[in-house]
Amino acid sequence: MKTALPFVAGLMIATHAIAETPVLTVYAPDYFASEWGPGPGIEQSFEAQCGCDLEYRTGELLPRLLLEGKNTEADIAIGLNSDVSKKARESGLFAPHGQDQSALTLPLDWNDDTFLPFNYGHTAFIYDNTKITTPPSSFEDLIAAPDDLRLVIQDPRSSISGLALVLWVQNIYGDQAEQVWRQLAPKIVTVTKGWSESYGMFTDGEADMVLSYTTSPAYHIIAEEDLTKSAAIFDEGHYFMVETAAKLAGTDQSDLADQFLAFVLSEKFQMMIPTSNWSFPSALEEAKWPEGFQNLPLPETVLFYSEDEAAALRDTAIEAWRRALSN
Amino acid sequence: MAPRPVELSTSLIVAGVVMIPVATVLWYGGGPARLTPADWSALWFTIWQALLSAALSVTLATPIARALSRRAFLGRATLITLMGAPFILPVIVAILGLLAVFGGNGIVNRLFTPLGLPRLDIYGYHGVILAHVFFNLPLAVRMILQGWLALPAERFRLAASLGKPVWRVLEAPMLWRVLPGAFAVIFIICIGSFAVALTLGGGPKATTVELAIYQAFRFDFDLGKAATLAIVQLCLGLSAGFAALKLTHQTGFGTGLDRQVQRWDGQATHAKILDVLWILVGTLFLVTPLLAIASAGFTGLVYLPAEVWLAAIRSLSMALATTLLTIGLSWSLLHRGGEVASLLGISVSGLVLGTGMFLLFQPIVRPAAIALPVTVMINALMALPFVLRILAPAARDARQDFGHLADMLSLSGFAQFRIVYLPRLRRPLGFAAGLTAALSMGDLGVIALFSDGQNATLPLQVYRLMNSYQIETARAAALLLLMLSLGLFWLCDKGGRMRVAS
Repeated sequence: MKTALPFVAGLMIATHAIAETPVLTVYAPDYFASEWGPGPGIEQSFEAQCGCDLEYRTGELLPRLLLEGKNTEADIAIGLNSDVSKKARESGLFAPHGQDQSALTLPLDWNDDTFLPFNYGHTAFIYDNTKITTPPSSFEDLIAAPDDLRLVIQDPRSSISGLALVLWVQNIYGDQAEQVWRQLAPKIVTVTKGWSESYGMFTDGEADMVLSYTTSPAYHIIAEEDLTKSAAIFDEGHYFMVETAAKLAGTDQSDLADQFLAFVLSEKFQMMIPTSNWSFPSALEEAKWPEGFQNLPLPETVLFYSEDEAAALRDTAIEAWRRALSN
Repeated sequence: MAPRPVELSTSLIVAGVVMIPVATVLWYGGGPARLTPADWSALWFTIWQALLSAALSVTLATPIARALSRRAFLGRATLITLMGAPFILPVIVAILGLLAVFGGNGIVNRLFTPLGLPRLDIYGYHGVILAHVFFNLPLAVRMILQGWLALPAERFRLAASLGKPVWRVLEAPMLWRVLPGAFAVIFIICIGSFAVALTLGGGPKATTVELAIYQAFRFDFDLGKAATLAIVQLCLGLSAGFAALKLTHQTGFGTGLDRQVQRWDGQATHAKILDVLWILVGTLFLVTPLLAIASAGFTGLVYLPAEVWLAAIRSLSMALATTLLTIGLSWSLLHRGGEVASLLGISVSGLVLGTGMFLLFQPIVRPAAIALPVTVMINALMALPFVLRILAPAARDARQDFGHLADMLSLSGFAQFRIVYLPRLRRPLGFAAGLTAALSMGDLGVIALFSDGQNATLPLQVYRLMNSYQIETARAAALLLLMLSLGLFWLCDKGGRMRVAS
C-alpha cells in the first residue's frame, strides 16, 4: 500500500500531461494495431516526430465509420482495401490527402486524391515446395491438376482476400468464371470465413495449397528461417490488393492528419511495412526492401479492377462462385 | 422465486435489451429488406442442420448421461468437467482441433489408411453435424445428467420395491421434462453457427443466415437486410423456445426426502457393458480433439508474451463479473415468461445486437469507454438461457415439493432461498455458474464496434496472433484459454457439488 499513493499521483500527473498533447485518432483494422502488427512501431516513430499522441481504434473499420458518420472521432482511417473503397468514398466522410503521389512505387499507375496506398500485395496460392515440386504455373495448370490437389480458399462474402480471388478469376475468365469454378470445385477442400482459418489449415497439412498473398513466404523466410513455403506464380497475372490511408473531412486535427499522411510515404514508415505487415511497401524502391522480400518471385502481370469496376462486378463474381460451388 | 412484479419487469428488461437494438438497426437501415433466393436457401440449410444437430446431440447424450449417472469410476469427475470444454473454445481453435482428428491428415485417417479402410472425408453436411455434435453433445450430457441426479432416492426405492421398471416410471418422464429444453437450446446455438458450418460444410452450400448477416453488415453495409435476417433468426429461436415449453410437462410424483440416490436397476452385466461403451465412445469423441489442441499449444506455453497474460487477466475478471450478473438475473427469470425472454439472448445475431447498441449509445457516450460493461452485459444475455435451463427443472421441483411447506411456515425472501432452494439448487447453481464463467471466457464478444484495441480479451488475442502468422503462439494462447476456462468451470462446479455426494 505504501507505493500506491505516489503511483496514483504519478498516474494523475501523466493523465494531465496527456490531456495537453494533441491526439491523433487513427481507425485501423484489428490486425494492424495489435501487438504483432505494424501499428505499435508506426505509433512510436510518429509520436517521436509529431509531439502528439497517436491513438488507434480497432474493429470493423468501414462499418464503424459509416455508423458514426459525421460524429466520428477519427482523424485518419488506415487499412481500407480498394475493392470496397467505393462505399467509403461515396459516404463523403473523407477529404483529399494532398500528398504528392510521384513517390509511389506500385506496379501500376495510381492516382487517387483521397485514398493513399501504404502497402500492397497480390493474391497467390501458397504451397510447400518440399511436397509440390512442379507447382501449377497458370490457372489452366491448376484446373488441369489432379483432383487430389487440395486447395483451401476464403469466402468472398466474408473475407477481403476471398473477394480478391473471385475478382481475380472474373478478371481472367469473364463470363466463363462460373465454368472455371466448376472445374476447380473438386479440388477445393473447403472455404473458410477468414484468412487465418485457411492459413492454419494449410500449415497443419490439411491442404496442399492455400489462397494467400505473394508476400506470405517472406514471413516464413525472415521470421522462421523456413524456406519451404512458396507462392505459385501464374502466367495470366495476379490480382493486385492495395491498402490505403485516408484523412477524415471532419477531423479536428487537420495538420496532424496531413503530417501523418506525409509520414506514411516516408522511408521510415515504408521500411517498417515489409516485416511487420508482411506486405510490399507502397513507396520504397526495391533495393531498400529486406532481402527476403527482394528475392520473392513476383508476377509479371498485375491484374486490377478500379473500385467502380470492382463494385459493379462484385455481385456477379460472387454469384458465379457461389453457384458453381453449391452443387 | 422472486416476487411477481420483479419477475415481470426483469423479463421485460431482458427482452427489451435484445429487441430495442435490433429494432434500432432495422429503423436505421430503412426498414425490412427483401430476401434473395440465396438467403432463402441459407435459411433452409440453417434450419435443417440445426434440427439434425440438436436431435443427434440429445439422442446421443441420453445414454451417455444415464451411464454417467449410475456408474462410479475413477476420473468421472474430471470427465464431467471436461464436458464443459468444447462448448467454450474459440471457433478457430475448435476447428483446428477437430481437423487434427477428423481432417484429411488427421488421426482417424492416419489410423484408417494403413488398415486399408476408405479415407474419411470430413467436409460436407456430415462435417457440419459432426462439429455441432462435438460442441453441443457435452452440454446436452450435462443438462440431462442434471435431470438424472435430481431424481430423489425415494422414487428409485419405491420403484424397486414395487418391481416397476425404472425406465418407464422414472427415467422416461424425467427425460420428457428435460429433453425439449435441451433440444431447443442446442437448436438455437446451431442456428447462429457460421464459421464452423462453412468450414466443415466444405463451401457455400453450407451457408447459414449468420453469414448472410455478416455479409450484409460488412460488405454491403445494408443494415435493413442485416436486421431483417436477424429478426428471422429471432423468430426461429422463439418458435423453438415456445415449442419446448409446450412440450415440457410437469411431473408431480410426490416429494422425496432429498437423500442420496441408490440404484437397484442396471446391475445386469449387459447393462454395465453398454454403459462402459457409451462412456468410452463419448470420451474418445470429445477428448481426442482437446488433446490435439493441448499438444499443439503445449510447447509455446512458456514463451507466451505479456500481452497474452494481460488479456488473460482481463478475460478472467470479465468472466467473474458476467457470472455474478447472470446468476443474479436468473433468480428473477425462473418462470416460463423469463425462459422465453432469455432465449432471445442466444437467438439474436451478436453482430446486429452490437450494432444496435452502438447506434443507441454512440450519441451519449464514447463507445470505447463502455466496451467492457457492454461485453459483460451481452455475455450475460448469452449465458442466461443455459443457466435457466439448468436451474429451472430443479427450481420447479423444489417449489412444487417444498413450496407449500415453506408458505405454511411463512418462510419468505432470503430465508426461503437459504433453507428451501439453496440446498436443492446447489449443484445446478454450481454448474450454471461454471458454464457462465467458462462461456464468457471463450466468447469473442460482439463488441468489435466498441473496442479501442487496448482492452483485448484472450480469444481476441488468439485471433490477432493467427492473423499475424504467429500460429505457434496462437495455439499456446488457445491452450491457456482452454485451461483457464476449464479451471473456472471446475471451481464453480466443485463448489456446487460440495457436501453432495456424487
